[in-house]
Amino acid sequence: MFDFCADPDLLEGGRWLACYMSTPKHMMFYQSFGLVILLMLITAPIALGAGFLGALASRSHLAPLRWLGKGYTSIVRGVPDIAFFLFVPLALDQGLEYLRHKVKCPDWDAPIRQGSDFVVCAEAKLPLSSTPQAWHELYGVALAIVAFAFVFGAFAAFVLSGAMNAVPRAQLETAEAYGMSRAQVTRRILVPQMWIYALPGLSNLWMILIKATPLLFLLGVEDVVYWARELGGSKTSAYSYPHPDWRLWYFLALLVFYLGVTRLSEIAFGRLTRRLSRGQATAQGMKEVHKGAPA
Amino acid sequence: MNKFILSTALLALTAGGALAQDVVRMGTEGAYPPYNFIDDNGEVAGFERDLGDEICARAELTCEWVTNDWDSIIPNLVSGNYDTIIAGMSITDERDEVIDFTQDYYPPTASIYLAMDEGVDLTGGVVAAQANTIQAGYVAETGATLLEFATGEETIAAVKNGEADAVFADMDFLLPFTEDGELMAVGEEVPLGGGIGMGLRESDSELKDKFDAAITSMKEDGSLNALLDEYFGEGTGTY
Repeated sequence: MFDFCADPDLLEGGRWLACYMSTPKHMMFYQSFGLVILLMLITAPIALGAGFLGALASRSHLAPLRWLGKGYTSIVRGVPDIAFFLFVPLALDQGLEYLRHKVKCPDWDAPIRQGSDFVVCAEAKLPLSSTPQAWHELYGVALAIVAFAFVFGAFAAFVLSGAMNAVPRAQLETAEAYGMSRAQVTRRILVPQMWIYALPGLSNLWMILIKATPLLFLLGVEDVVYWARELGGSKTSAYSYPHPDWRLWYFLALLVFYLGVTRLSEIAFGRLTRRLSRGQATAQGMKEVHKGAPA
Repeated sequence: MNKFILSTALLALTAGGALAQDVVRMGTEGAYPPYNFIDDNGEVAGFERDLGDEICARAELTCEWVTNDWDSIIPNLVSGNYDTIIAGMSITDERDEVIDFTQDYYPPTASIYLAMDEGVDLTGGVVAAQANTIQAGYVAETGATLLEFATGEETIAAVKNGEADAVFADMDFLLPFTEDGELMAVGEEVPLGGGIGMGLRESDSELKDKFDAAITSMKEDGSLNALLDEYFGEGTGTY
């Protein structure tokens, strides 16, 4: 990056550090922070959507739909997250490859499971082995997002269905008295009012999601934890910038990063709570009225 | 490195109409210098990078490098995430039951102990080793208390912070860590394993033959010996 970095062996002090901190490998480390934030921002709406559908399903009048919703929340909530994080991407990957194999290579006669090998034809590989490594990594991230959304969706479903039950019954009865159908009551009265009850639970989930992102590392995604460990480990003379074990400092940087993100989230959720409390028959809503905020 | 990118680009161009199978994904750990490691450019480097590129050139294959944790390096090969393991993996009977190996490209290696002082008890003390390695298996048999870690890096750290009395690993991996004077080699060298080879799925015998032929040709013209001498010191290459 800097002109004076040509020969690392001759550098000392600040210049050495400047060159060291700007190696292409460190650039990948800095980019991985963006990757983690991006992953959270993509996962959260998907998980919320899955949770919303799950909550609606578990309240449904159709028994099979209700069983599906209840089954989803109770199974996922009852199994350790890490088991799902390891299971979902693997199952999804092999499942997709199996389906593609059946479609693309109908003439293939060898078995797919040969001992411990999982063998599909080359055209069915996901992604194809001829695609650049970047796509393989993106595919890994996409599978991770699905796994995260699947697990957090179940928790969100539980929070949302609790929030739906917390909306005062009188509100819904009034709507019914106006002649609204069940769907109309849900759409016009229940859903707009439930958010304030769901917010504490959802903000909790968001915090847990942030803190769960290092699990990406377990899925083989090169995230902040991967790079911190890789860069912080002691480096022998095989490397251009040898140094002793610096993992402490790298993980300290991660600590600061995660504290910063969670603090910012707390502030954002605080504002959102105040905004959603307006006009609600809750203690917070009453406070907003006394402050003279527009109802 | 640039040369490599150029040659891969050239290969990709000349092999324009080639089939998808012609891209071979090379799986390595990337945390075992000088065999394989991620250099400061974020690229896989080391002995196995140079060797693998040469083998691919001779076998007329387009190769792409990917890294994977040591712990799950065999399961991910078997499930098809990459096509070969080239990660300083010793050929052993147990591994041979699950995957196939090419012939060795590094003769059976010596392993050594590294400790903070001379007088440590290697058969009664606590010895650190990387999990799922032949060295870990050996330590378990000596009667010492085995302390396993996912990476070689962590085994070194365990000795430095006093968690373990000594670390046991491949000599070429450990010796560079003695440079700062804190750690020293103790005890005798222990010859272990049946040499290092490339791991492949058992169903992939065609690829295995190609690699075997390329390694044979490198052994015959002395280029493998030259590469071994370059990375591990004069006299390592004895093919």
